[in-house]
Amino acid sequence: MSVQRTTTGMSYESARRRRGLGILAVIFVLIVIAFIISVNTGYIRLTPLQLLNTMLGKGTDKQELILFDFRLPRIVISLLIGAGLAVSGAVMQGVFRNDLADPGILGINAGAGLMVMLMVSFYPTTNAAPVYFLPVIAFVGAGLTAALIYVLAYKRHEGIKPIRLLLTGVAVAAGISAAMIVLTLRLDPDKYQFVATWLAGSIWGTSWKFVLSLLPWIVILVPYVIYKARVMNVLNLGEQTAVGLGANVNREQFKLLAAAVGLAASSVAVSGGIGFVGLVGPHLARRLVGPKHQLMLPASALLGALLVITADTIGRWILQPSEIPTGIVVAVIGAPYFLYLLARTKS
Amino acid sequence: MNQQATASKGQIPTADHVKFRSRPWAATLILIGGLIALVFGIAVSVSFGAADIKLSVVWTAVFHFNPDLTDHQIIRELRMPRVLGAAMVGASFAVAGAIMQGMTRNPLADSGLMGINSGAGFALAVCFAFFPQLPFMYLIMYSFIGAGMGAGIVYGIGSLSRGGLTPARLVLAGAAFSALLSALSEGIALYFNIGQDLAFWYAGGVAGTKWFQLKIMFPWIGGAIIGAIILSRSISMLSLGEDIAKGLGQRTGLVKLAGALIVLILAGASVSVVGAVGFIGLIIPHLTRYLVGVDYKWIIPCSAVLGSLLAIFADLTARMIIPKHETPFGAIIALIGVPFFLYLARKERREL
Repeated sequence: MSVQRTTTGMSYESARRRRGLGILAVIFVLIVIAFIISVNTGYIRLTPLQLLNTMLGKGTDKQELILFDFRLPRIVISLLIGAGLAVSGAVMQGVFRNDLADPGILGINAGAGLMVMLMVSFYPTTNAAPVYFLPVIAFVGAGLTAALIYVLAYKRHEGIKPIRLLLTGVAVAAGISAAMIVLTLRLDPDKYQFVATWLAGSIWGTSWKFVLSLLPWIVILVPYVIYKARVMNVLNLGEQTAVGLGANVNREQFKLLAAAVGLAASSVAVSGGIGFVGLVGPHLARRLVGPKHQLMLPASALLGALLVITADTIGRWILQPSEIPTGIVVAVIGAPYFLYLLARTKS
Repeated sequence: MNQQATASKGQIPTADHVKFRSRPWAATLILIGGLIALVFGIAVSVSFGAADIKLSVVWTAVFHFNPDLTDHQIIRELRMPRVLGAAMVGASFAVAGAIMQGMTRNPLADSGLMGINSGAGFALAVCFAFFPQLPFMYLIMYSFIGAGMGAGIVYGIGSLSRGGLTPARLVLAGAAFSALLSALSEGIALYFNIGQDLAFWYAGGVAGTKWFQLKIMFPWIGGAIIGAIILSRSISMLSLGEDIAKGLGQRTGLVKLAGALIVLILAGASVSVVGAVGFIGLIIPHLTRYLVGVDYKWIIPCSAVLGSLLAIFADLTARMIIPKHETPFGAIIALIGVPFFLYLARKERREL
């Protein structure tokens, strides 16, 4: 009798859905745990009790300063960029139908990096450069590059084809990287170290201002993309099938990619080059909850957030009082887990 | 998929019946014209430089060498190794890239995906950080070992898993493992403050190429390119998709292993000598496919010729832009390659 139950499509589907929701809940709990640990990590420790007191407004001034002005904004930012980059990557992989697509594919990381490098090289020392301005510059660079790629890939009578956009993106990113190599060799060592840290991905904006500038992007665009999950399912079937099913493919692709660029550019602007989350987050999600975007997109967002908050916490903790750039830690913990999943699951 | 494998009707299709759309005439033209251009390019490249040397002197330096003449010495000891090195490296990266794109059916694939660049880079970072006094010869050796280990682990993870090594799995394992190694090298570079030295090596350059390196590299690279040409038919088949290749009776596992080994030899040797100029391996196969069609029997030799042409031209440009100050080779490759690739991206009609 159990055979009968499992062979009907509907109950299989709903079992899978239940399992997926269960996994989402587990990830969410893990994020909460990571959050508590992360708040406690740093040069000055806060016990859970102190933490609770401070949260309720009964802590000392010093505790409040540490919690509200240093740790919380940083933690919130790491959660936001993790979710943003992972969802952005999921959209890129879905629209381009290419496993290697990540937010960097539309030149976002490269453009942001080049602008940061240019800005740093303009000032006599790194201390003179207005670091505060860095995310704005990076955002402008990312946006301009994405726009340039779009224009270069546009053809008057055909519009935009994903494969053309993909190849154009690779070419432009390679060109920008070449320019960065030339600049790298000319920079003085001090400035180089600064830029290299930025490129390796460290969370820059650690004040509420950056949280506020990042929040609208994530809060609007992540739900928007999840709302489009059914469209993404259809697009995944291939362009011809999608047209056959009545989707306005070109327009949907454009809307989704624009959302992905917005998410990635705003995240990269405050985080530097944490590209790996955007590549691996969606793949992890797909392997955990399956390819349907209704589950896969929220799972990507949560996994991305979990990955970045964990990496940021470890990066702050291991080499105290100095820090390891978050991007490096993300790859070091994310890659082995991903490789393990890759080896374990059937494709 | 736009690639068409047509089998004649009424028969069970076997490997012999598969026809690939290709343009043999264009390919022959590229091979002959390309080889002539290559010889000419090598000659011109040897004669240009900080000290201008006439072509006739180049001729006599090669065929009637006189060790007392400075010009002859420059040609023999400095110019020829670097130009020949550039040609070899260009051909290697291009063929390795073509094999990778064919095996994985991913237009973004190049030899870097096998963990080769990041493996070599990681080995170099470790050497620079912990053994800064290491002589050049050993650096090359260790970076080749690094490349080999990178490729071995990527291949191992890909094939140890349940269901065996699928192209998608190879691509993903490669991307993830490369990211891991790059992150570790980045961390080492930041911690030991050696980022710029590494970047310099990584930016690539054939300036320091010596005869002994060429002597070591040549048999391997030559053998691997011949191996690639022998394997080309199987790679064409694999580029149709694993299931189709299996259906046509191919032992895909064997082909993939052979392909991976060839890529490792070609790209590993090249990366360890000139650094990561993998962009050649990305653009040249696309260019070649655009020119000669989807049959790897033609793509592989034509890629080799076009790859060495690009490398020689880039090396020449690197020396010419600002005389007496070399612009990084990798940057020039990108400078020449990017507009080209943009044009191709607009023209490209098929996926692979």
